[in-house]
Amino acid sequence: MTALLIALTGAQANAADMGYPLQPVEISIHNHASLQRGAKYFVNYCLSCHSSRYARYKWVGEDLGLSGEMVRENLILTDGKIGDLMTIAMPEDKALQWFGAPPPDLTLVARSRGVDWIYTYLKSFYLDESRPLGVNNAIFQHVAMPHVLWELQGWQKPVYKKGGANGNRQVIEGFELVKPGLLSEEEYDEVVRDLVTFLAYLAEPAALKREKSGIWVILFLLALLGVTYFLKREYWKDIH
Amino acid sequence: MTEKAGGLIGWIDERFPLTRLWNDHLAKYYAPKNFNLWYFFGSLALLVLVMQILTGIFLTMHYKPDAALAFASVEYIMRDVEWGWLIRYMHSTGASAFFIIIYLHMFRGLMYGSFKKPRELLWLVGMFIYLTLMAEAFMGYLLPWGQMSYWGAQVIINLFGAIPYIGPDLAVWIRGDYVVSDATLNRFFAFHVIALPLVLVGLVFIHIMALHEVGSNNPDGVEIKKNKNSDGNPRDGIPFHPYYTVKDIVGAVVFLLLFTIVVFYIPEMGGYFLEHNNFIEANPLLTPEHISPLWYFTPFYTVLRAIPDPWYGVLAMMASIAVLFFLPWIDHNPVKSVRYRSFLYKLNLAFFVIAFFYLGYLGTLAVNPVRTEMAVRFSELYFLFFFVLWVYNKRRTATFYIGCFVSVVGLITLYDYLRGYDEIWPLIVPGWTIPAVYLAIHLLLPMIKRLGSDKPVPDRVRM
Repeated sequence: MTALLIALTGAQANAADMGYPLQPVEISIHNHASLQRGAKYFVNYCLSCHSSRYARYKWVGEDLGLSGEMVRENLILTDGKIGDLMTIAMPEDKALQWFGAPPPDLTLVARSRGVDWIYTYLKSFYLDESRPLGVNNAIFQHVAMPHVLWELQGWQKPVYKKGGANGNRQVIEGFELVKPGLLSEEEYDEVVRDLVTFLAYLAEPAALKREKSGIWVILFLLALLGVTYFLKREYWKDIH
Repeated sequence: MTEKAGGLIGWIDERFPLTRLWNDHLAKYYAPKNFNLWYFFGSLALLVLVMQILTGIFLTMHYKPDAALAFASVEYIMRDVEWGWLIRYMHSTGASAFFIIIYLHMFRGLMYGSFKKPRELLWLVGMFIYLTLMAEAFMGYLLPWGQMSYWGAQVIINLFGAIPYIGPDLAVWIRGDYVVSDATLNRFFAFHVIALPLVLVGLVFIHIMALHEVGSNNPDGVEIKKNKNSDGNPRDGIPFHPYYTVKDIVGAVVFLLLFTIVVFYIPEMGGYFLEHNNFIEANPLLTPEHISPLWYFTPFYTVLRAIPDPWYGVLAMMASIAVLFFLPWIDHNPVKSVRYRSFLYKLNLAFFVIAFFYLGYLGTLAVNPVRTEMAVRFSELYFLFFFVLWVYNKRRTATFYIGCFVSVVGLITLYDYLRGYDEIWPLIVPGWTIPAVYLAIHLLLPMIKRLGSDKPVPDRVRM
């Protein structure tokens, strides 16, 4: 069901820009290990510029099976308390000055953009001299965000092919690694998938609960259906 | 009713007509015994209304109707309130479920002629319920204060701005500001949680009173009150309680099963019940690329977009809803049920369903020239359905059929010519065939008696 939900959300996300296609990603928010790794990457790489202001450390810890102490040591990198919302210290007006666009809150990004979009986005940064930070993104042209994960992925440059509506535009076909990072391609893919898994959870923590409790509601209603159906049949047997 | 009850009931009965109400509306209220699947939707609508009110009360306890806090308070409900996510999903899914049920309920009325004499007022009250429900849903959708909430409201309120002379001032008056803002959110909250629910409950009460006055129609369209036994009870009727209470409970459980599957496993319904863009907080400075209303408004939204001029578009959209009010006076053919109507009537009804769905589908998409042309054509089909319904009131002469065909096709051709034939003829010419073929089928074929004649209606209902 998660897969279905994710497929449906992903399908909607906007893949316009350079015509670079979204890459579908298979994840499960029930994968605890992946969620925990994703949370670690999230607080280390994202949570300094991006907030997650609707989520609380406490619930993230509980849902990921982490003790309060583990949450304090590994997730709260500020002087925040465990019951706090996952906000950041960077003021929005400063962010506007520094980046030209304030980094958006990421709590719900997996619901608004879809997981496929985030997955593709994090793998589609490429070198572009024309940009202020020297980096561009294939599915988010002229994005103001630097390639935060470059140390892990390394730097890549785009490989073009003829495409577009008339077949005479340059479109990005794929990428070529020009400077390797700390991780291999597979390892980096794993990191991105963990991050996407965590973001999918973060967008809707209730998904963990509803998918577990829903089945009991359905079973109860099925039993009730049996009872009410036979009650109806008993009453109606003399109506012709 | 003749026997006086003792004890507590007797004590109450002397002061309040408890037993009489129970008998009049449940235990001795006779309903036709041949209700089919389509007759579940009335009681289901009532169930969803109660559910929306109850979940709404709980949401109100945590929601903040303030532009600065609204979006966060919804996420607070989703994350921090115990079972808040369940209450919220029940309410959001309930809104869509309400419309699905109401559309099916209305279609049942259309199919079995439940709006016809003596049930015209019943239908009218029902239409007012539908109208109130649309307002209720529209205003409720602003409350989460997401991008679609905001821009959807902006677009719809701007429609009022298209009214000549008073429009712009009227739109400002509705919003309480020059753009949708905190003031708008506050008043929409007031309307959504108190004003409109009160109207809704009142109208539902009147709807049920009117129903119990005239009695239910049924899939055969036979008036059961015309055939009574020696006790004065309809031969084809059975007391609502216990027969239909036990039956409607089964329907309610089946509905709740489907409802549960959506609430627990597909609450977004692929973006149809909860739009993806609505998970981004409202931003008055950032217009989304594509604004679409929720699915239940999209058929009418397409009618609006079919006409380039905003004011005429608004008029067409209002007409597409208003025409439903006049149904009892458009179709007064004595044969009520589709079962005994002509083949061509059935075909017309099928076309209407297709047109309604397709208009709805188009309304969810961004516009392009081909879609706009299709919007025009299927809007034409939507309105022509009612014209054909009127033609089918009785058998007409060949001259009448041919005259109708020639004049309506002529009008459509004239309109096509006026709306820019020179530039968009490659779209208009193939598009023209859609209403033309439709009209040829529905206005020329009735001359073949076998296709255009209604069938005799039986005296008693069939089980």
